[in-house]
Amino acid sequence: MNLDFSPEDVAFRDEVRAFIAENYPAGLREKQEEGEEMAKEDFLAWHRVLANKGWVAPAWPEKFGGPGWTSVQRYIWSEETARADCVPILPFGINMVGPVIYTFATPEQKERFLPKTLSGDIWWCQGYSEPGAGSDLASLKTKAERFTGDDGKEYYLVNGQKTWTTLAQHADWIFCLVRTDPTAKIQEGISFLLIDMKSPGVTVRPIITLGGEHEVNEVWLENVKVPVENRIFEENKGWTCAKFLLAHERSGIAGVARSKRGIERIRAIASTEMSDDGENLLADPVFKRKVAELEIDLTALEYTELRTLAGEAAGKGPGPESSVLKIKGTEIQQRITELVLEAAGHYGAPYFRGFPNDGDNAHPIGPDFAHRSAPHYFNVRKTSIYGGSNEIQRNIIAKMVLGL
Amino acid sequence: MDFNFTEEQSMVRDTVASFLQDKYDFETRRKIVASDSGWRADYWKAFAEELGILGASFSEDLGGLGGGAIDNMIIMEEFGKALVIEPYLGTVVIGGGFMKHSGYAGAASVIEGIIGGSTTIAFAYAEPQSRYTWRDLKTTAKKDSSGYILNGHKAVVVGAPFASHLIVTARTGGAQRDTGGVSVFLVDKSLPGIVTRDYPTVDGGRASEVYFENVSIPADALIGGEGEGLPLVDKVIDEATAAVGAEAVGVLRKLHENTLDYAKQRKQFGTAIANFQVLQHRMVDMFINVEQAVSMTYMANIKIDEDAATRAKAISSMKVQIGRACKFVGQNAIQIHGGMGMTDELAIGHYFKRASIIEGLFGSVDHHLKRYESLSFDAAA
Ligand SMILES: Cc1cc2nc3c(=O)[nH]c(=O)nc-3n(C[C@H](O)[C@H](O)[C@H](O)COP(=O)(O)OP(=O)(O)OC[C@H]3O[C@@H](n4cnc5c(N)ncnc54)[C@H](O)[C@@H]3O)c2cc1C
Ligand SMILES: Cc1cc2nc3c(=O)[nH]c(=O)nc-3n(C[C@H](O)[C@H](O)[C@H](O)COP(=O)(O)OP(=O)(O)OC[C@H]3O[C@@H](n4cnc5c(N)ncnc54)[C@H](O)[C@@H]3O)c2cc1C
Repeated sequence: MNLDFSPEDVAFRDEVRAFIAENYPAGLREKQEEGEEMAKEDFLAWHRVLANKGWVAPAWPEKFGGPGWTSVQRYIWSEETARADCVPILPFGINMVGPVIYTFATPEQKERFLPKTLSGDIWWCQGYSEPGAGSDLASLKTKAERFTGDDGKEYYLVNGQKTWTTLAQHADWIFCLVRTDPTAKIQEGISFLLIDMKSPGVTVRPIITLGGEHEVNEVWLENVKVPVENRIFEENKGWTCAKFLLAHERSGIAGVARSKRGIERIRAIASTEMSDDGENLLADPVFKRKVAELEIDLTALEYTELRTLAGEAAGKGPGPESSVLKIKGTEIQQRITELVLEAAGHYGAPYFRGFPNDGDNAHPIGPDFAHRSAPHYFNVRKTSIYGGSNEIQRNIIAKMVLGL
Repeated sequence: MDFNFTEEQSMVRDTVASFLQDKYDFETRRKIVASDSGWRADYWKAFAEELGILGASFSEDLGGLGGGAIDNMIIMEEFGKALVIEPYLGTVVIGGGFMKHSGYAGAASVIEGIIGGSTTIAFAYAEPQSRYTWRDLKTTAKKDSSGYILNGHKAVVVGAPFASHLIVTARTGGAQRDTGGVSVFLVDKSLPGIVTRDYPTVDGGRASEVYFENVSIPADALIGGEGEGLPLVDKVIDEATAAVGAEAVGVLRKLHENTLDYAKQRKQFGTAIANFQVLQHRMVDMFINVEQAVSMTYMANIKIDEDAATRAKAISSMKVQIGRACKFVGQNAIQIHGGMGMTDELAIGHYFKRASIIEGLFGSVDHHLKRYESLSFDAAA
């Protein structure tokens, strides 16, 4: 057992740190510091910088455009980007559909989709969930019926409704699970289909969430014509791709590095905010105890993640153990938002879409960190619901790990 | 032993409940929250004239119906169920409380204004640095020939945008955190030198930052003895906390009830999700939390007129239970609703938001645990 970084790893870390310092877009940093909402171009700006460097998809094999990093290097990368508060790279293309494509697609499909996914020219969204199919994903109803077009080519006619589609308002393409055989057992009649969002019959409607954000959408598919060549893997075998993708979705979800930053931020906030005793909050034994407990839980999670990484390096794919990372990771993320809201005291209550103190500096409204504390607390409730709810993760562990 | 309400109290509850059912459904509330003014002045008038509830907790010789804390509890619980925005807490419970307990010379006429609906009050007690220590005051009131000159900044004054008057705590003496030297004033909000920045709150209400810039107030604005205001403030905040506990009970009941309904009707894996034992146990624990919160709220409201230490201990133990219940029941209500729980569309999220704000209102769980500890351990030592 040896958990020290090798000299090569340390050199790599320094290289990464320097690269971020020199190349992270200054405009983005400002927007983040001001707490502004990110536009599509903001997400893409950093994506493009990394794509040019060849670092945008740390986990991809080299032959498809990955940097060929070891798992330790990938770990260092996520630490360093979180440490520098870089905007996250959206997972839909890089962590989800990309691996499905390079694992299951034809050479033509790989050539068609992978380079543009890397470059950021295709913004993907995930069309899995439906109003009737949430935790029970396999019960999805969106239909895809085959027909021959006037041009003599084969198409699917797609009808149905997807929901909770994150950032679909910006997306160029959606990857969907559709039912191609309504007579088969529910997992066996599903196909994995890529649909151009500009296709006639695709409508996106916003869903506004608790914190007032427009982050998720309904996507309606009405008589959408999709060429058969946009199907990944075999017809009716989409569930194989779906499950493969979910395992990848979960493995990135622990968010250890970002939670570390979150706790650092709590320490910074608590060292200036006042406690009831008129000292700073970090001097308050109760608040301090909560931060300490959180840090200890996070350390445990970090070492559990490192063990998973070591297992992967030894050739074991992300298994059902990744559910442990999802459950603990999201619980810790949620507790961080609870503590920030607690630290805000009275100033957790004011609600602003923008930045309140620009208008009237003479009469400021509370400390800056407080403005997003409650909406953020509300928003982060989602992490124990999406990506397979934490109840579903526990079911998975019970069944797959404990054999119950 | 009798936990039953009197006939009058049951009538008040039924009147309020049926008004809110007809006129304060969730869609109406959504419109109120989104409107420019942020409240329904005509409903306030109806509370005063049609329902007569603004007088329920005042004695008959002051023009009220002869009730007290229990009536406030009943009304606040119904308001919690409908997520009512209008300033009953600030005006009747807090404003009325100061009038009842202070021996203030003008009390009868202020109460008349409250009962009639023409006087609305917001309580300006918190300051940016004070957190939950109400005596931590930078706001000052300096005596001059005609009365006092008020200077300072009050934080997150809930309901101030709707208020005709503010009740303000200020230092007439002593250092920033001294127990002595705290005074309480009733201030007309339209006086020159009062600057407000109004804003919405995350739970659908409205509040203001209030700045007093050399505001000249008359000598008779002083409520209670000069520099002797702290025990009065403690008493009224305890009463307000008891009332907010009752509001929380209304919110919690709805969170639980809506979750049960949703779980029974939402199907996944070919069955209602209510059939999953892990969710059943969760909903049972939510139920236990709600029932314990109800019990504590009754207890606290019953003990509200006892001596200061008994009262404070009762209130703090209630608020600990309420705060925990708000977190546990609120978070699980969202979780069991799945994605639907995250939407602005459904009422459940709005109950969760109110519950989350109540958690920290008049002191967090940690604050009240510490207060309870110091009252029940330190005092005995
Ligand atoms: C903000 C957000 C973003 C999302 N983004 C996307 C996206 O981009 N693309 C996409 O396809 N989907 C997305 N989702 C959907 C997400 O994956 C689903 O919300 C999730 O799978 C849960 O489904 P549901 O909402 O239908 O809840 P339900 O399945 O109805 O679950 C309701 C409750 O019942 C519990 N439950 C269900 N089954 C069981 C069981 N067997 N045992 C115990 N408890 C159970 C759940 O844990 C939950 O608490 C997003 C969701 C949210 C909230
Ligand atoms: C100290 C002690 C004193 C006792 N005194 C008496 C007595 O005076 N009279 C008497 O009649 N009995 C008595 N009992 C017996 C007691 O009632 C049983 O032990 C109890 O009912 C559990 O049954 P079991 O031991 O067969 O466990 P099981 O029923 O086998 O349960 C094992 C575990 O599974 C859980 N479990 C079981 N079913 C479910 C389910 N459907 N959903 C979720 N979890 C479940 C249980 O909670 C438990 O954790 C006593 C037991 C103890 C330990």
